[in-house]
Amino acid sequence: MKKVEAIIRKSKFSGVKKALHEVGVNFFSYWDVTGLGNEKEGHVYRGVSYSTSDIQRRYLSIVVNDDFEEATIKAILTAASTGEVGDGKIFVSQVDEVYRIRTGEKGGNTLK
Amino acid sequence: MELLTINNVWMMICTALVFFMHTGFAFLEIGLTRQKNTINILFKNIFIITVGLLLYYIVGFNLMYPGEGFNGFLGSIVPGIAPPENGMTAEYADGGYTWWTDFLFQGMFAATAATIVSGAVAERMKIGAFMIFTVVYVGFVYPIAGSWQWGGGFLSSLSIGDAEGFYDFAGSTLVHSVGGWAALVAVYLLGSRIGKFNNGKAQAIPGHSIPLATAGVLILWLGWFGFNGGSVLSANPEATSLTLVTTCLAAAAGGVIAMITSTILYKNLDLTMFLNGILGGLVGITAGADQMSPEDAILIGAVAGALIVFAVSLVDKIKLDDPVGAIAVHLICGIWGTLAVGLFGAKAGFDQFLVQLIGILCYGAFCVATSFIIIYTLKKTMGIRVSEREELEGLDAHEHKMDAYPDFRLNEH
Repeated sequence: MKKVEAIIRKSKFSGVKKALHEVGVNFFSYWDVTGLGNEKEGHVYRGVSYSTSDIQRRYLSIVVNDDFEEATIKAILTAASTGEVGDGKIFVSQVDEVYRIRTGEKGGNTLK
Repeated sequence: MELLTINNVWMMICTALVFFMHTGFAFLEIGLTRQKNTINILFKNIFIITVGLLLYYIVGFNLMYPGEGFNGFLGSIVPGIAPPENGMTAEYADGGYTWWTDFLFQGMFAATAATIVSGAVAERMKIGAFMIFTVVYVGFVYPIAGSWQWGGGFLSSLSIGDAEGFYDFAGSTLVHSVGGWAALVAVYLLGSRIGKFNNGKAQAIPGHSIPLATAGVLILWLGWFGFNGGSVLSANPEATSLTLVTTCLAAAAGGVIAMITSTILYKNLDLTMFLNGILGGLVGITAGADQMSPEDAILIGAVAGALIVFAVSLVDKIKLDDPVGAIAVHLICGIWGTLAVGLFGAKAGFDQFLVQLIGILCYGAFCVATSFIIIYTLKKTMGIRVSEREELEGLDAHEHKMDAYPDFRLNEH
């Protein structure tokens, strides 16, 4: 099993969600994050310009069976891209075990 | 209905509108500052209106309106208030209002001067020091300054050539500059907030609720219907209507010109400058709201709107930290509005301009001197500035041990 984590633009979230559903990924968690990166956002407040490196993004955490890994990554790469700096990152890592709390069963079946 | 009743009802409505301005000030101040200091600012605003009103009862009203036998400079301290024999009849104040209304209307004005200071010193001044300052400034300095003009003092009878007395209809100088001068002194003695100037360059410290600031400005504009409208001191149809027209046109022109000026200079549509421009226009028209034609009012407001944008940047340049723009709005536009009485409208003329200038200088000298003495004394005794840690973590957490928004995350800056 794999954990696919993605940091994406908030504006791309609904597109990514739809693309994930289309490849059969229906369960995942997400939350809003603030981070630092290459992108600088220019602001002006009362005549003083300032740039904030605090970048607002949405963080997705998706655990999938190995045969879903490629489709999941492809869905995010396509749906989250604008081609500009700041589109985000995808991290993939190995997951040792998964349990379903309600029944106590474990393994890949719990992700279906 | 008899005329006194009609007049009095209008004046009581205006009294209520001026009272409501404190909501506007509170919203504007908390909107343009950070959420970690919200309780502190609200606390100051509530302190000012409650204690200010009591002080006006205890000493202020008699000090400001000494009546017969006034030497023109300093009234006497007569505790409490008691209406004169004819205070509730049409003989009093030409039948414009009753004596009770007179007290309350003027009392609502009194607290405004300290509220102006509150915004300028926000986010870093010790609340105890601010309270003491407020008591002395609202209790004594404001009424003494007010007595020079509205109490029949020396400025009201200062005649040069054609000009018969200083003129300040509703308080561009008497209220707004009196607060503005103290704000200037306080900001100078207090120093800037941590992080406002980095390597000598002004930094932006954005306020935490622009919607609240916007509501504050619109409430203040509404309050100004009473501030200027009530300063007619009766419900005189022609004078009150004209005053409301000039007041609103100046506010609108101030906002629009500030918006255009700041957009040209800074290439962004800055709502806070738009809002400050409205206030600048309002403060600017206040000295001569009953003397101006609509065209004059638009010009006065427009100049005030442009002034605001340059004044905000000037205050930054001379390394003064005024989070809400109180100095630009109340002091700079207060001075402009007072001078405008000599340039536009029914009283325009060189002699009047000169008298206006003398008045401004008298108030400037008195307010700078008194506020410097009060705040400098506080600085050398109890201290006026919170510790670095308190400032970084927020005055709410340390001075009040409260959160304004307990369910929301606190930004660390």
